[in-house]
This record gives sequence, structure tokens and C-alpha cells, in this order.
Amino acid sequence: MTAGATTTARPAPRRTTERPNWLAGVVATGWLVIIAVPILTMIGWSVTSEEDFLSFGPLAPPRDITFENFASVFELGFLRYFWNTLVVTVGSIVIALVIAVPAAYAIVRSNSWLASASFRAFLLGLAIPAQAVIIPLYLVITELGLFDTLIAVILPTVAFSLPLVILILSGALRDVPRDMYEAMTVDGAGSFRMLVNLVIPMSRGSISAVGIFVGLTAWNSFIFPLIFLRSEENRVVTLGLQQFRQEFGINMPGLMAAVLLSAVPVFLLYLFARRWLISGLAGVGGK
Amino acid sequence: MTSTTTTDRAPAPARTRTTARPRRGRRRLGSDTAPRPGMLYVLPAALFFGMFAIVPLVLVVVLSFTSWPGFGDPQFVGLDNWQRLTGDQRVINATRTTLLLTVLGWATQTPVSIAIGVWASGPQRNRAVLSSIFFLPLLLSSAAIALMYHRYLDPNFGLAKDLGPLIGFPDGNILGTRHGALGVLVFVGMWQWIPFHSLLYQAAARVIPQMLYDAARIDGASRWDMFWRITIPQLRHTIVTSSVIMVVGSLITFETVLLLTAGGPGTATQVLPYLMYRSGFFEFQMGYASAVATVLVVLGTTVSLVIVRFSGFAKMRSTLEGL
Repeated sequence: MTAGATTTARPAPRRTTERPNWLAGVVATGWLVIIAVPILTMIGWSVTSEEDFLSFGPLAPPRDITFENFASVFELGFLRYFWNTLVVTVGSIVIALVIAVPAAYAIVRSNSWLASASFRAFLLGLAIPAQAVIIPLYLVITELGLFDTLIAVILPTVAFSLPLVILILSGALRDVPRDMYEAMTVDGAGSFRMLVNLVIPMSRGSISAVGIFVGLTAWNSFIFPLIFLRSEENRVVTLGLQQFRQEFGINMPGLMAAVLLSAVPVFLLYLFARRWLISGLAGVGGK
Repeated sequence: MTSTTTTDRAPAPARTRTTARPRRGRRRLGSDTAPRPGMLYVLPAALFFGMFAIVPLVLVVVLSFTSWPGFGDPQFVGLDNWQRLTGDQRVINATRTTLLLTVLGWATQTPVSIAIGVWASGPQRNRAVLSSIFFLPLLLSSAAIALMYHRYLDPNFGLAKDLGPLIGFPDGNILGTRHGALGVLVFVGMWQWIPFHSLLYQAAARVIPQMLYDAARIDGASRWDMFWRITIPQLRHTIVTSSVIMVVGSLITFETVLLLTAGGPGTATQVLPYLMYRSGFFEFQMGYASAVATVLVVLGTTVSLVIVRFSGFAKMRSTLEGL
């Protein structure tokens, strides 16, 4: 139950003397089928033309691979939604890190009452489900005049990721050795220089993990955009998918292409930064 | 703190003297003398969280005593919403459905997650490849997963037309029956969340000390015995963590219901968050919806406290005891 970041990277313990575990193997194989078939079907449908799909049925493998479905997804304004989601995601990551890193630093190192009080509030906040407070949030957002702006999605997304982000970050910051603060004091550094030159470099791994966690939360968020956004120009990808379902109607391949496209950025992250992605995800429950 | 020590450290004698003095008084904060950050560092995060989480949490209770259509000013109506809520058959049904889905979700996801996680922590050669496939659902958003399954379950054009008859739905209309729709929600919950929870179990199973298994093997324990007497007890903290996440997550499931069943057929899959959304943003009874939301908050907090309390997690016993 320590950070997933370190444990997933560890080589598995060797249990060479054991016989193969058939029962677990059967469960794992069965599960493989359950996971893989819907994903393969989705990929298959998305490269099948609508005519082929209607004439050969949903179970047929794709005959002539076509990318026309992806083209029609883009024609329906997917890039616009994509851009909005990107703004929400990057905005959430930046704001969350800019306010959470100093806060975690203060929680670990400060002797002010506010630091310890906030930490208790954040712990309590872990249990507040965003869905349950959506109505008062709607009131707050409209009172602030933010309704139907991307900021209206960014701010609550950041706020609801703060408890976990700060919990993980303050756990990581506790590992910075005291001697190093001491050494920087001798060099005449103040608390801000320690944050920039010591705390941030020393906890780079955790910072990127929480950054990814916030990014995924923002990328996948649905209820905040659903309630706080209205106009089409502000629509994000998750809402766009819902819209596509109506626009595509019975065009099954079209919707599957859109669903697949919505996961491409996360998939790229998975390919090129797998360990970060997993620690960002596992950090969620690993602490 | 004599003058000899300060002159020994020639470059900054004044600093040595001033920073060395509070050292004894501040022992409880640690032994270093480095400057401490002030409250300014935590202030933005505290304000942010207060504004968008604590204030709404208080407001949801306040709003539950008002009548508010979503515009204008909320009017206080006393206990009206709460009186209506206790007699509302929709709320009673939604609470039952929510609890049913939560229990079913936990009971199906936990065993499979443990099995997959423990298996994936082992040394099999194909493990890495399979694990990376098991991970794939985590790359999709809830909305994407719900829409994907909605298309698969379309009784006219989806897989349900061909596969439905095999599992007892001759017309393929799985989402059109109460049991079918509930079963689909449980299945989609498994598909979506088991990858995450098995990741937790995998990480936890890897740090179980190998010597426990070695000792058990010398005593002639079977694999089954080892699983129940070593693996499961060693995983108990993870089981608690994972269960809390699972149960709270399941209580607030919203997207999947909205996009997959829209509460239907009829009101068969209307869960509390969906009911709240409908009464708030379709029937414009935000005050009443806030009362439903308050129930949800109380339910979620109670359930997670109960799990934590009764599983002995609070006692914080070391999993390494006896070593």
C-alpha cells in the first residue's frame, strides 16, 4: 500500500519452485477475452464503412479498411471539442500544481495554524463526492458569472482533485531529508528558494504523477461540463460524444470512431509514459 | 553557543548564532533550523478548496430547506422538501437501486480484482503483455465506455441482436428489461473498474514478504491455504482502501446510468445521483434535488466510515507483525 510508483516498477519476487497456477491462469484468460473483445470490436467497427456494417452485420470483421468514419467525426467539429478539452486539461494541471505544491510544502514544513487546519480539511474533503454538491456549485458558478465558460469546468475540477493531490504530495515531501534544508540554510536560502531549488526537484516524480492524475480527471470529466457548459463552441470531447450519438443516429461505426479518437491522447501517454501514467492512476488509491 | 563555535564557522557567524537558538524550542517540528514557509503558501489552496468544496457542502444542506428553480433567489420553505422526500416512492426506489448496485458492484469486482491483481504480481512470463491489455479500459472515459456499450446493446444494429438470444434475450432488447439493465450496469462497472482495482492489488501483493510463503511451504501448506492464510490477510489494508473507493464510487455513479440506461426501463435503474440530476435540472426543483444530494453525502460518508471502522483499519496494525 505504499506508492504504486515504486512498487509497480519493482521486479516481481521469484517463485520459481511453484507449479503453474492453473486456476488463476484460467481466470486471467477469461478476463482477457472480456477486456479485449469489446475493444477489438470497437476498432473493427470504426474502420468499417457504414454500408459494409449494415450489410454484413456487427459481428463481421472489417473487409475494406476505411478511414471515412474518422473523417466524418472531424467534419462534425471534433477538433473544436478536442481543443476545449485540451484547454480544460492543461488549465487544470497548471492551476492544481501551482497551488498544491506550495500548499503541500507548507503542510509539511510550516508551523502556521492554517497549514494544519487545511490538511485536516483536505482529508475530510476526500469523502466529498463532486456529483453530490453539483447544485450548490452551479449556484456558485452562476453567481461568479462563469456559467458557460471553460473556467467554470477548470476551477471545480481542480478543487475536487486537491485533497488527493495534496495527500500524495505531502507524503512525498516528507521524504526530503532535513539535512538538505539545513544545508540550504547555510547557503542563506529563504523558504521560497528552498521550494524552487530543493522541494520541487526532489519530488519531481510525485509531481508528474499527480499532474497526470489531475489531467486524466479533467480529460474524462463529464458532469461539470454537462452542467456548467451550454454553447456548442465550448463543448468538450465527453459532451461531444454524447452529441455524436444523436447526430450519427444509427451510424454505429461513426460513433465508435469518435469514441476511439477520444482516447488517443491518453493512449499516447500510455505508450510513451506508461510508468508515469500508472503511478498517476495508482497514486489515486495507493495512499 | 559560545563564541568559539561561531568563530570556527567563519563564513556566517551571525546566522549560526541566530538560527541555532530556536533549535531546542522547536524540536517537535524536527531537528533542522531551516526557515519555515508561512501560511501564505497554503492560502491559495485553502481558499480554492473552501470556495468550491466546503462552501458547496454547506450550501447543499442549506438549499435543501429552500425552493429554488435554478434562477432568482432561493426561498426558504422549512422542512417541505424533507417531508416530501421521506414519502417519495421515487426516492425509496432510487435508494434501493443505488444500494443494490453498490452491493452487486462490490461483490463482483472485489474477487476478480484480487484474483487478477495477485496473478499479475506473480512471475509468469506472459504477465507483462496480459497486464498491459488488462489496463486498456482505464484509457477510456466513463462517457466513452457507456456510449460504446450503448451501441453494442442496440437491439437492432448492435451485438445484442446476435448475442442477446444466447443469454436469454430472444429479441436482443437487454436494456429493455429491468434485470437486463441492472445486469448491464454491473457488468460495465466491472469492465471499467476492475483494471484499476487489480492494479492496487498487484502493487500490494508484490510487497508481501516472500519468506512468509517459503515458511508456509516448508510447513506443507497448499496454494489454497497460502492464499487464504497469507495473501488475503496481508492484503487487508488494500481490501479496505479498494472497497471504500469502490463503494463510494458506485454510490455516485452517474454518467454510466445517464448515457446507458437513462434510468430506464421505466425507473428501474434510477439511482440517487440520477434522480438528483433529473429533479434539479429537468424538473427545476433544485431545493428538492439538494435534499436528495444531502442523503447521498450522508450515505457515502456513513458507508465509508462503517467500512473503515468494522474492518479494523483504524487500529493500524502492522501487516508485518510476527516477522
